[in-house]
Formats: sequence, structure tokens, C-alpha cells
Amino acid sequence: MIREITIGQYYPADSVIHRLDPRTKLAGTLVFILSLFLFRSYAAYLVATVFLACVIRASKVPFRFMVRGMKAIVVLLMITVLFNMFLTPGEPLVKLWKLTITREGLELAIFMAIRLSYLIIGSSVMTLTTTPNQLTDGLEKGLRPLNKIHVPVHDVAMIMSIALRFIPILLEETDKIMKAQMARGADFESGGVVQKAKSMVPLLVPLFISAFRRANDLAMAMEARGYHGGEGRTKMRPLQYQKRDRIAYLTLVVYLLAMFAAKRIAGF
Amino acid sequence: MPIRTEHLNYIYNPGTAYEKQALSDIDLELPDGQFVGIIGHTGSGKSTLIQHLNGLVRATSGTVWYNGEDIYREGYSMKELRSKVGLVFQYPEYQLFEVDVFTDVCFGPKNLGLSKEETEARASEALRQVGLGEEYYKKSPFELSGGQKRRAAIAGILAMQPEVLILDEPTAGLDPHGRDEILDQIQKLHRERGITVVLVSHSMEDIARYVERIIVMEKGRVRFDDTPKKVFEHYRELEQIGLAAPQVTYVMQTLRGAGMDIDLAATTVEEAKASILNYFQKKAQEG
Amino acid sequence: MNIIQAKKLTHDYRKVGDDGETETSCRALDNVDLDVAPGQFIAILGHNGSGKSTLAKHLNAILTPTDGTVWVDGMDTRDAEKLNAIRQTAGMVFQNPDNQIIGTVVDEDVAFGPENMGIPTEEILERVENSLKTVGMWEYRDRSPNRLSGGQKQRVAIAGVMAMEPKCIVLDEPTAMLDPVGRREVIRAAQKLNREKQVTILLITHYMEEVTEADRVIVMDQGKILMQGTPREVFSRVEELKEHRLDVPQVTMLAHELRKSGLPVPEGVLTVQELAESLIAASRRAV
Repeated sequence: MIREITIGQYYPADSVIHRLDPRTKLAGTLVFILSLFLFRSYAAYLVATVFLACVIRASKVPFRFMVRGMKAIVVLLMITVLFNMFLTPGEPLVKLWKLTITREGLELAIFMAIRLSYLIIGSSVMTLTTTPNQLTDGLEKGLRPLNKIHVPVHDVAMIMSIALRFIPILLEETDKIMKAQMARGADFESGGVVQKAKSMVPLLVPLFISAFRRANDLAMAMEARGYHGGEGRTKMRPLQYQKRDRIAYLTLVVYLLAMFAAKRIAGF
Repeated sequence: MPIRTEHLNYIYNPGTAYEKQALSDIDLELPDGQFVGIIGHTGSGKSTLIQHLNGLVRATSGTVWYNGEDIYREGYSMKELRSKVGLVFQYPEYQLFEVDVFTDVCFGPKNLGLSKEETEARASEALRQVGLGEEYYKKSPFELSGGQKRRAAIAGILAMQPEVLILDEPTAGLDPHGRDEILDQIQKLHRERGITVVLVSHSMEDIARYVERIIVMEKGRVRFDDTPKKVFEHYRELEQIGLAAPQVTYVMQTLRGAGMDIDLAATTVEEAKASILNYFQKKAQEG
Repeated sequence: MNIIQAKKLTHDYRKVGDDGETETSCRALDNVDLDVAPGQFIAILGHNGSGKSTLAKHLNAILTPTDGTVWVDGMDTRDAEKLNAIRQTAGMVFQNPDNQIIGTVVDEDVAFGPENMGIPTEEILERVENSLKTVGMWEYRDRSPNRLSGGQKQRVAIAGVMAMEPKCIVLDEPTAMLDPVGRREVIRAAQKLNREKQVTILLITHYMEEVTEADRVIVMDQGKILMQGTPREVFSRVEELKEHRLDVPQVTMLAHELRKSGLPVPEGVLTVQELAESLIAASRRAV
């Protein structure tokens, strides 16, 4: 269960997608998601499907890993689909007791389902092929212009990267403390809301104490290793656009044009 | 009450890239009143195994019997099992959370639904057993030293008055002094109350001094299960799986290898000393 | 010149009482003098609360003296302007492997120190490769630290410090949370660094068997240096060590006991081999 919470853990593999600059991947994901909202047509979604399939293929990440992220939103997806299907006014298709499925509703539901699943799969491709550190590096460098308006981009990126490292550790710790308290007869499941909230105390207090202790240790370790903020820092792997990134951006433009064309020309 | 496992198998993260068979086909019996050591290096499955014994982890297949009852039976009370089979986790001080030591130790018995008097009586008794006197009752658990914190945490389990006490690396991270204190207290408990004690450790020297039976785990299987002396005879195989017999075993083996007639079964300094002195005395008499 | 020198080093921890006003202070280090020549392997022993970890934190300017002075490669640790230079001269490895790894990938973590120092990219790559190869973790360079064993994590931490190319590395109980395999790995990595790269090593530990190969052993108790000398010199004072509740390796203990009983065994035996040889020789003579 714990592994599933950290959606899109890095899947190590040697692929073109893995090697792309994280900024390219961030931009690509953003463009892809936007395209799903901009071009609402079956033909365009067909183009998006082909594009996504090609990218997944190129990433060498088994498809089942992409779908894993979907599990978390299945409920949300179902609700969205049902709401859209039944509550959109328009030309009635089927009538079930008091509920009517309209043509518009059905269409909207299909679009919503596709959009949401592609959104999740698309971002999973990014998180599965990019290490959290590369991702924060990408954000740090990509957002550097914000430094001018006094946004502490480096610090935010550092915080993100540390959080990413410690989330799995703290989750594991939660599991351990929970088990330890269960061994002392604690019950985390039964009872009402108040009872449940109260039963969390034996879990949360040790967890916070441990988190603070870790933070303290980590700060000392970082200091001992000469950390003094972003100033004067160099990078082991400074981000630099390569030829493959230029090709990727070009592919992205072609994809957008194809989406546009598909919607305009095919007309459905 | 005796614990028995039957064809116990456990698989971590089934169906994912990190799938791992943590336990394979474990058949064990822990009779009443035994002092057992479980040894194995990190990842050998020893921690996973003990979490099966009080139902915290459910086996992928196989059964655990406690006192002749299948613990996976419909309607079996896991809560009750956990009070009977007390499990002290590694670094148990990290689970302390109450404002003072006494209240923290009361947490277990309180969860069992005992009366206030009974709860408090049990807590005092448990604290006495780990050697923390009344002057510690109202102290915050976080003011104690490392060894004291650990003893307070162990008292938290003892207060439930378990019939079986399992301790996962109870001495990890402690200095020699703290280590001896804890192990001596546990031994005393075993003698006084006659409860079954299972000590999980990776230190052969610690275990050799206390237990009557050693179970060696390797890659999720039981590799050896015998008296310490018999197990340490396999010191070469133990080495291969990243464990080592006590230093004394090596001394005795080397001496025997050089043709000296000494007792290979010695695993503690006292036993080795007796055997070596005995050898030289005999030799002096013969000469 | 000494790489590390401490003169009359004293450190008090201040604690504010419950009323927020009264200050109690606790003396952790009391007039400690220490000289370490470049290239030495020094082991510092003592149980929890003996002041050994406080001493370690002074060598990297994490703490500064209440009284007395510490010089690291001639730099006074109280000189705020020299702070970065001091931290690059004396690297530090801590006890908990999880709480000192910053990177989410092994090589990114090793690069953290050099990146902070502003080393050019090409050289960082070189240093990372060198360091990881020295500690035997190069094959794991693209793994997540979360999936490594404790010993492996600690070796990554050592590589991370090594990549800053310090003249001296202080290891503060690096093995306290590890199993025997992990402990051996870490000690070997430290010894290799000392021998091959001539890095001065200060190893702080409470495991006696880890210090037998040190150039000098310093035993601390109650904030003071209790004894120091070669491992043999220190371990020949078994009674004194026991008095201070310090552990002695099993062979040393056995040798000591046998010597007390009149067998011709030398004082301060450190290895199984040594003890076995002297006993075999004695046995031959007895014939």
C-alpha cells in the first residue's frame, strides 16, 4: 500500500525519454495536457493516443506501471463520468427510471474519461522516467527567471527534493509505529470519528518527534558537508539542452499541428 | 502457550517489480518457557517472521497456531493474541508518546479494557521488572537516557503480561553497559515468570550467553535450529551467510586443529577458560 | 603540524529549566587535550554520555568550545570566517545512515558536497566516480538510497564526505545501527581510505573489536580522556576497562583470564590467531 501512495516512482531504464532534459519533459507534459483541453474531438484524441503510445513505447517502461497511477483516481473518474452522463441536458438517448442519459452527456463523459486518464498517464510517463532530483533541477532552472521577482527558487527546489527523499522513509516509519502500537493493543480502525481521531495520537506524536529529529540530523549533515544555500553552487550534471531535446520540441510542435489539423479537417 | 507455524509463506509486494519472497515454508514450534534466539542478517526474514507470530502480518499462505488455535480462523481475536504474544519492536523507544513514563506504560493494559487499578498495578509491576523505580514515573520519556527509554518501552509491552515475549534487536544502538542491563533484565524475567522469550539478534556473542536454542534464518528459510553449541559447530557455514560464531569458537577450533584435546562446544569465555585450563592440568599430570 | 589539536577543550551543554529562567549546565567535555598527526587512524571509545560524540562535533566546528581551543589544520574552530575551510578539511560521517543522505540517487548524494564547494562539473564527476569506487558502491550509483542496506548507505555517506577531499574524516558511531556485515563493510572502507589516500581517520565507536587495527585508541569517560595508547596497551588494562563498564573483545577477555590462571599468554591479545598460537606453543612446551 505504501508504495502506491508515492505515485510514479522512478523506473530506471535506458531510453531516449529517460535521457531527455527534465525541462523538455516538463514542457512536453504541460503541452500534452493543454492539448487535451484545447482540441476536443475524437480525431484529435486519436492523434493524442498515437502520440502517447509512441512515447510510452520509447520510454521502455512497462505499461502496467503507467496504469498503476490510475488506481488512485478510479473513484474520482467514475464519479465524473456518471455526473456528466446523467446531469448534462440535451437530446435523450436512454431513460432509466428518473435518470436520462443524453447524447451530449455521453459524449462529455467519454471526453472527460479520456482526458483524465491521459492526464494521469501523461504525467506518470514524466515521473517514471525522471528522477525526483532531475525534476526539481528542471523546475529550479526552468523557473529561474522568477528569482528576479524574489521567489527563492533554489530553496523551494531543495525543499522539494528533500521532501521527495523523506516521504518514503516517513511512510515506512508510519507503518512501523502503527504496528508497534497495534502490538500494544491500539486499534486504528473501529470507533467513530472522535474515537478514530483520538486513536491517532499514539501514531502522530512519535511520528512528529521522529520527523523533527530527522530534520535536525539532516540539517547538521548538510551543514557538515558545506551547504550554504544556492549561492556559488555548481552542479554535477548541469542541465543543457542536447540535440535530442531540440528534436523533442520539434516533435511536440508537429504533434500540436496534427491535433489542430485533426480537429479541423476530420470534423468529428 | 505454545506457538506453531505451518508452511508459512510470505511474499512482499506481490505482482510488482519489487516482489520478494520474504518467508518460505517455515515450520516452527516454540514450546512454553523456552528462551530462543533467532539470528540472521538484515533481510533474512527474521523480523517478518516474528510479526507473523502476533498476527501483525498475515501470511500469504500457511497457518500460525497459538495454543492449538488457528489464528487466521474467522472471529479469532487478534487483539487478544497481541496481548498474549508481546512484541517489542526494534528501537521501541520511538513509540513512546505519553506525557510521562507511567502513563505511557499504561497504554497497553488500558487498551485491553482493564480497570484503572489493574492497569496501574500492572504498569508499576512492569516498570519494576525493567528496573525503573518510582522516581521515573512522572518523568517525560524524552528526558531519559537511551537505555532507560528502551526499558520504559519494553515495560509498555510487559504491562500487558504476555505469555510469550518477542524482542527484535533489543540492544541495537546501545552501548555495552546498556546492552548488558537489558539482556540481564530479560533473563531475569524469563527465570522469574517462566515466560517464553524469543530474542532476535545479529550478535552471536549476546545470544550464546542467554538462549537455549538458536534458529538461524537465511533468505526467508530456517537454516539451522538447534542448541547454540550445535549451531556454532557450523561456524564455516555461518560465515558464508554473513554471520559469525563467537570469537571463542574460533579459538577452540584452531586449538583443536593443532591437535589439542579441548571442548569444541565452549561458546562463552567461562566455558573456554575451564576447558583450556582442564587441558593443561591433564597435560601437567601426564608429564 | 598536527591536523587536529585540542587544548584544554571544555564543553558545557546548557539547559533551561521548566520555569524558563534557571539554567543548568552539564559538562560534556572537561579539559581534553588531543593531538592527531596527519595520516593516523585514531579510535575513540567510550559509552554513551562519555563525551565522545561531543568531541567529534568540535572537530567539524558544529560545536565550538565553552573553554579551551580546537585547531583543525591550524584553523581555530571559533573563527567564523574559516568555517567553510574547516568543514572541507574535516569531514563528518554520522550515526544514522538515513538522516545524512540528501540526494534521492546515490551519485547525486555524493556530488552534494563538491557542488556546495563550487567544484567544476568535470571534476565533480571524477570525484564522485573515485569516491564511489573506493567504498565499493560504484555499481549502485543510480540506485535510490532507500533500497540500500544500512552498511551500503553508510558507505555512500563516506563517499559523500570523501568527494570533498578532506584531509581528515571523523566518523561518529558510524556502525551503531548496523548489522555485523554492515559494520565490517564500513570499517574496511575507513581503513582503505586511511591506507590508500592517507586520510586521517577518527573513528568513534563503542565496539571494541573495531579498534584493534587503529594506530591509537583513546578511551573516554565522563568527559575526560581515561586512557590512550596502542590497542595492545589499552587492551592489556582489562580490569580497568571492566571497572568503567567497557567491553573487551572475547579473545582479549579469554587471554586475560587464562593469564590470570597462570598460563603463559601475553597481555593485550587482540586476535584469535595470536591467542591460539601462544596456547599451542605453551602446549608443545608442556610435553
